[in-house]
Amino acid sequence: MLDKIKDFSSEFFVTGDPLILGAQVAIGLTLVAIVFTLTFFKKWRWLWTEWLTTVDHKRIGIMYIICSILMLFRGGVDALLMRVQLAAPQLEFLNAEHYNQIFTTHGVIMILFMAMPLMFGLFNIIVPLQLGARDVAFPFLNAFSFWMFFFGAMLFNVSFVIGGSPDAGWLAYPPLSGLSGSPGVGQDFYIWGIQISGIGSLATGINFIVTILKMRAPGMSLMKMPMFSWSVLSSCVTIIFAFPILTVTLFLLFLDRYLGAHFFTLDGGGNPMMYINLIWMWGHPEVYIVILPAFGIFSEIVATFAKKKLFGYKSMVFALMSISFFSFFTWAHHFFTMGSGADVNAFFAVTTMLIAIPTGVKVFNWLFTMFRGRLSFPTPMMWTLAFIPCFVVGGMTGVLLSVAPADFQFHNSYFLIAHFHQVLIGGVVFGYFAGLYYWWPKMFGFKLHEGLGKWAFWFWNIGFYICFMPQYALGLMGMTRRFNEYNFDMGWQPLNVVSTVGGFLMGIAFLFQVWQIAHSIKFLKREKTGDNWDGRTLEWSIPSPAPMYNFARIPVVTSQDDWWEKKLRRARGEADAPEVVAAEQAPLEPIHMPRNSGIPFVMSAFWFVAGFGFVWDWTWMVVVGLAGVIVTMLARSFTYNTDYYIPVDEIKRTEAAARGAH
Amino acid sequence: MAQAFADKRKPILEASHGAGGTATAAAAGHGGHGGGHGHAGHDGHDHHDQESMKVFGFWLFLITDVILFGVLFATFVVLRLNTAGGPTGGELIEMPGIIASTFILLTSSFTSGIALLEMNKGNKRGLILWLVITALLGASFIYLEVTEFMHLVHEGATIGTSAYWSAFYTLVGTHGLHVSLGLVWMTALILQLAKRGITPVTKRKVNIISLYWHFLDVVWIFVFTIVYLMGVM
Repeated sequence: MLDKIKDFSSEFFVTGDPLILGAQVAIGLTLVAIVFTLTFFKKWRWLWTEWLTTVDHKRIGIMYIICSILMLFRGGVDALLMRVQLAAPQLEFLNAEHYNQIFTTHGVIMILFMAMPLMFGLFNIIVPLQLGARDVAFPFLNAFSFWMFFFGAMLFNVSFVIGGSPDAGWLAYPPLSGLSGSPGVGQDFYIWGIQISGIGSLATGINFIVTILKMRAPGMSLMKMPMFSWSVLSSCVTIIFAFPILTVTLFLLFLDRYLGAHFFTLDGGGNPMMYINLIWMWGHPEVYIVILPAFGIFSEIVATFAKKKLFGYKSMVFALMSISFFSFFTWAHHFFTMGSGADVNAFFAVTTMLIAIPTGVKVFNWLFTMFRGRLSFPTPMMWTLAFIPCFVVGGMTGVLLSVAPADFQFHNSYFLIAHFHQVLIGGVVFGYFAGLYYWWPKMFGFKLHEGLGKWAFWFWNIGFYICFMPQYALGLMGMTRRFNEYNFDMGWQPLNVVSTVGGFLMGIAFLFQVWQIAHSIKFLKREKTGDNWDGRTLEWSIPSPAPMYNFARIPVVTSQDDWWEKKLRRARGEADAPEVVAAEQAPLEPIHMPRNSGIPFVMSAFWFVAGFGFVWDWTWMVVVGLAGVIVTMLARSFTYNTDYYIPVDEIKRTEAAARGAH
Repeated sequence: MAQAFADKRKPILEASHGAGGTATAAAAGHGGHGGGHGHAGHDGHDHHDQESMKVFGFWLFLITDVILFGVLFATFVVLRLNTAGGPTGGELIEMPGIIASTFILLTSSFTSGIALLEMNKGNKRGLILWLVITALLGASFIYLEVTEFMHLVHEGATIGTSAYWSAFYTLVGTHGLHVSLGLVWMTALILQLAKRGITPVTKRKVNIISLYWHFLDVVWIFVFTIVYLMGVM
């Protein structure tokens, strides 16, 4: 019996690595500490009723953002471990197997469990406020999306201490990711972690399209909508076309591994290149899914801090939508070397280059918005300014990569690594940081310390260039990705050491941000105006943080940048249009709100159970998990009491408390 | 402005409810915000907005499902000749059973249409009766499919036999799984109808499942054409 348990746990837990053992102990202690704290302060009920069952888009957004910051920490530690290894490969800090696991989890976590939830967090908090709505179209589905993301991410992350991490690269090409190349459970954690959170992403895509098309305040025609909401629409349209491809691709890989099918195997007539095509038909649109909202954020910030209307609003809309269209026709540029022939490669090279046109349009729009504006430079604007040159260089190296014949040299080299980190950090990460700093007071009701934010900014930026510029050179010197060792006589070590130093500077920058948040919470400076940046769009017309129902009265919109125009009219002493006045002076009415529900949490937890069962091939657990999913779905279907009204008295009290400080 | 926005919503409102004219007027009065964000005393309109948004959301879900099946069809077409020296579909598949199940599924689409007509007439008994008939036809389709799969496995063609059979079972099986989930859902809906009758909420649910059912029928027509007619005959 004892031997059985020993055998089981040596297979079940990852053993024999001091780094991971340390992590296991740390995770165990943290869990104990969390349970103890919650019990000691009697916070379990609070946690359940206020957070785990909430359907409020603002709280769901905050949960997304907290998770993504934790994931940024883990992905960042992965990155630094790799940099240490590459700076001194002779030391064998990480062996080949461990290194493979770390570059795999770094990629997956940063794209799917850091960038995506940070993006969804901003969608959730800001879009309904910008549209003048009281929630998203389907609040229950929204909570479901979050918990699917959460449990998917947990399933993926648990592989690090239980069973072993996946190690076949972030897109897991077969035959390496097939049963013959990866017999362990790591790859199964990969499949189910991503599959479960992917279902949540798909639902979010649908939810926000309906929200944006159906729930805008009266008068807000599409061409008067704030640019961030436009970028969310373009991103969500891309999501609903791209994510089903991911679902199928992972499902087919699962069938290969679980039932011995022959989709992507080398024997039995399978075709591994099929997988590579399919995964990039999702994967390429995916990078546009995460970058498009960042473009929207920059557009809001530039207009606010230049105190000017966004230059070229219509061309910006056109650029966003054309990028989401063209994103579906560039996938093969990830494997020009596959040997599809000159005509196929030429087609994909040209479509890739075409994307540079709308992107260039945007850059000029931002520059012209700033031209002759009354500029100020708080942290959100600094990130925006840092983004523009960084993204332009990243974009240009992308155009170099799109030249198919030249790509045979660049392919899988550090030149490529430097390129995509430059667009993903310089574009996506800078963009979401800018958005976090910009909307932070709206989310939490207090401002972040500017001075510490500037330290973080400079460390991030200087660290970024020191880390990634040498990698372009290394790529051209012949260094390829995904190996942990190289010989000293290759001459790569000096630049690798420089790059590692840059990586650690970004690590320090992250610590500054954590310090900034902790400092700002400790010396809390309440933001009482609700409009601390002198903003332009509807989210700045309500108190910070927004009350539960967002708008006590739904506003009527008459122009683009409606809140800004209204402030100008008031300053000039002009009257608002009669329908605007009527909406503002209408008597308060009870507000119809969705009820909290524990079903999204429970249903997603059952998905986790089913996924865990599939990973370990435990049929009983799969049955329990899937049965739980179906039962919770039916429970929802039979629930008719799903909403309630907030009475007028309560609205009056909330408004008086929030506005009292004016 | 509110009027202009409300007009865009008109087709959807009409799709879910017969009375397009009054619905649009109500939505215009409300401005563009739905989702239970209306005012007290307008409860009916509130639900109206919310139900129509759910139908729209379901159409978007169907788009994602089209992509899902599209990828499976593409996979099947790419791998259709990769039998790795094993049996081909033409050798093992028996068409009479397939043709029978095709007609059964097509008929079930027709009966679900009749159920909708009964619902619009306000006839709860007729609605439930025709939904039950639809579900029984769906169940017979699934029965025939399971029998076919068992026959094929018996003949030595499993999902692991070759890429062709992997793609075959996955495509046809995913459709079958959709129909099976539809059956569970339809049963749950019949119980709700029996308890609550025809309300705006149950009406929306019947509309949505009928969209789903017709969609699966269309997918089956493609399966029948590409997998069976072009692949077998």
